Amino acid sequence: MTSGAMPHDSGPHGPEPYDLVVVGGGPAGVAGALTAALAGLRVALVDSGPRLGGQYFRHPAVPGRAAGLDRFLRQARALDARADVLLRHQVWAASREPDGDLLIHCATRHAAAPTRYAATPTPNPSATLRDAGAMRRDGGAMREQAGATHRDAAAAAGGAAGAGREERAVVLRARRLLIATGAHDRPLPFPGWDLPGVLTAGGAQALLKGGGVVAGRRIVVSGTGPFLLPVASGLAGAGARVLGVYEANGGLGLARHPLLALGKAGEVAGYAAALARHRVPYRTRQAVVAAHGEREVEAVTVARLDRDWNVTATHVVECDTLAVGYGFVPQIELGTQLGCQTRHDVDGSPVLTVDATLRTTVPGVWAAGEPVGVGGWRLAELEGRLAGRAIAADARTAGIHGTARTFRTAGTAATSGIASTADTSGIASTADTSGIASTADTSGIAGALPTVDAEPSGAPATSGVPATGADVGGARAAGAGVGGGGVVAVVPPVFARRRERWRAFGEALQRAYPVKPGWQGWLRDDTLVCRCEEVPLARVREAQALGATDARSVKLLARPGMGWCQGRICGYAVSCLAGEQPQPPRRPIAQPVTLGALASLAAPDDHPAH
Amino acid sequence: MTFHITVDGRPVPVVPGQTIGAALHAAGVRSWRTTRFGGRPRGLFCGIGVCFDCLISVNGRPPERACLLEAEPGDEVSTA
Ligand SMILES: Cc1cc2nc3c(=O)[nH]c(=O)nc-3n(C[C@H](O)[C@H](O)[C@H](O)COP(=O)(O)OP(=O)(O)OC[C@H]3O[C@@H](n4cnc5c(N)ncnc54)[C@H](O)[C@@H]3O)c2cc1C
Ligand code: FES
Repeated sequence: MTSGAMPHDSGPHGPEPYDLVVVGGGPAGVAGALTAALAGLRVALVDSGPRLGGQYFRHPAVPGRAAGLDRFLRQARALDARADVLLRHQVWAASREPDGDLLIHCATRHAAAPTRYAATPTPNPSATLRDAGAMRRDGGAMREQAGATHRDAAAAAGGAAGAGREERAVVLRARRLLIATGAHDRPLPFPGWDLPGVLTAGGAQALLKGGGVVAGRRIVVSGTGPFLLPVASGLAGAGARVLGVYEANGGLGLARHPLLALGKAGEVAGYAAALARHRVPYRTRQAVVAAHGEREVEAVTVARLDRDWNVTATHVVECDTLAVGYGFVPQIELGTQLGCQTRHDVDGSPVLTVDATLRTTVPGVWAAGEPVGVGGWRLAELEGRLAGRAIAADARTAGIHGTARTFRTAGTAATSGIASTADTSGIASTADTSGIASTADTSGIAGALPTVDAEPSGAPATSGVPATGADVGGARAAGAGVGGGGVVAVVPPVFARRRERWRAFGEALQRAYPVKPGWQGWLRDDTLVCRCEEVPLARVREAQALGATDARSVKLLARPGMGWCQGRICGYAVSCLAGEQPQPPRRPIAQPVTLGALASLAAPDDHPAH
Repeated sequence: MTFHITVDGRPVPVVPGQTIGAALHAAGVRSWRTTRFGGRPRGLFCGIGVCFDCLISVNGRPPERACLLEAEPGDEVSTA
């Protein structure tokens, strides 16, 4: 029960780096990891969550409720069979070694590679994504036998005796990195926004998808953007009374929703029908501008807004829950830590600059999905696949040129070492899953990724190649670096065109649902701008009066954004209040990490790497 | 297939795989700590580990994010 403890932990001094480490197990990360693994690369995928899926595919919903879920589950299963999937591992930093390799620093409370045990191919696809739950349940049973105290037992199971639930460090060494870390909600402050019962729209969605919990009984949904629709219809469908969806922007209405123009009528019509069925009013140019209550939200003030979001009239709606969201903030810390160039997306969010092959400006680092611009899960998945292809081509080139870089062919993918992990764990109830590699027959794999290549491409091979509007230069240069065929070989025109279309669509949405400056007028002097450090608007204004002219000096003087969340929640608002565009994050740490984990990092040899 | 955790000495049901935060929220417990300065009640906000509003101490351990931490049978938390 010893070895295998960390086959995935190549360690800072480990002999064999991964060809690719992917951070993020959403649609982008899984598609990228699987594409690369199918091409024969040694791949590890890391996600902080308990199961693959990211935000959109969080938890197995009843098949059919989330478009594309079945296919995602097949991808996840195929990936699990041929790559190291490290769940419940938070990546807090990425760095570059002198030899050019990348180190991916993770913190985890989990010992071993528990996902392997739970990844049994099963006739019920939803069971796979519940992997974590299943694993924990199995593990729980096994723990009781072992007599270990709970939470310590996962460690015992994996053989990392004594690791307990203490956070510990795991370092992955990689030739290449794919950043697929998604986004988080972008809230705006308003009086009462920190009352319990006020959730972000994504938070309410995550609670429902991940925990099966309806956020409240009488719910108001407010903010801007098309994301409010699935949130409201999901809540209504799950039995909540949704008292209204208040969309701060207007003019478009559902009938002229830009989604319709892009042939997504079905999706929007579905949400619209669901809202109509549950008699949920959808009001444009209105928003919640204040929440009221003692210990919880009990009512909200809904305002009519003018074009700039200044309040023109108000009324009060009694409710027990408010779900509110004003778009998304891409999570790009790992990229900025490594020095990747950023640009401002249409909505002002800093995103990573990539070329047509999804390569960032830093060698060996690719990014896909929300970190290169918010555009929804379909685009994220497509970009993941494109990045996977580009990465495979890069690895092939490295192999051809006979560098020291090892390049594995398909038959020798990382799974062999893992299978032995499962064996050595000696857990009877899970031992059968060690056959993952053999049960993952090739037909299943082939079916896992839809072959867009097979689509008629129609256009001449070069037409889709030039960088799209969203891409910033360098496409051709990068293509040349990728080897013989350049961009065309790596990004088939049909992919390039599709990506271009969807990116344009994402940008159109950002343009259709901007954040207008009038929200600043919703705040009172005592309205908290920063929830962590409890900084009210008055203190921000005070700092400005003292000469803090930009967001950074406001932050230094008044301390908004200096708390636990490191400005993730209030950063956008503080930038707006300071009259500037949000700047790329300068966080040395992408996720908070305990001193214990850092200490264990300092002594990597303590790990049971034997 | 539910199990229970203990919240202020009182049992709260958990569906396996649920986080502590989801279980508390489902049981109508929507705040479980107060802020350092204003003593404001806090519970779930972002739901995905970003905001740190939901910090909670489980079994006397240092505070963790309730929205990420999966509940396990016998877990004890306090909302005081
Ligand atoms: C809370 C929330 C709920 C959403 N719900 C929906 C929805 O219901 N429907 C919809 O159409 N769109 C939804 N969205 C939009 C959604 O972000 C995209 O449509 C889609 O999921 C993007 O895919 P992605 O692969 O780029 O990122 P994601 O799906 O967000 O995947 C990113 C993954 O990276 C992991 N990660 C991030 N940082 C780290 C780190 N440092 N270490 C380890 N792991 C990390 C995360 O745990 C996550 O699993 C939601 C967004 C949010 C923020
Ligand atoms: S609710 Fe935001 S971190 Fe848990």
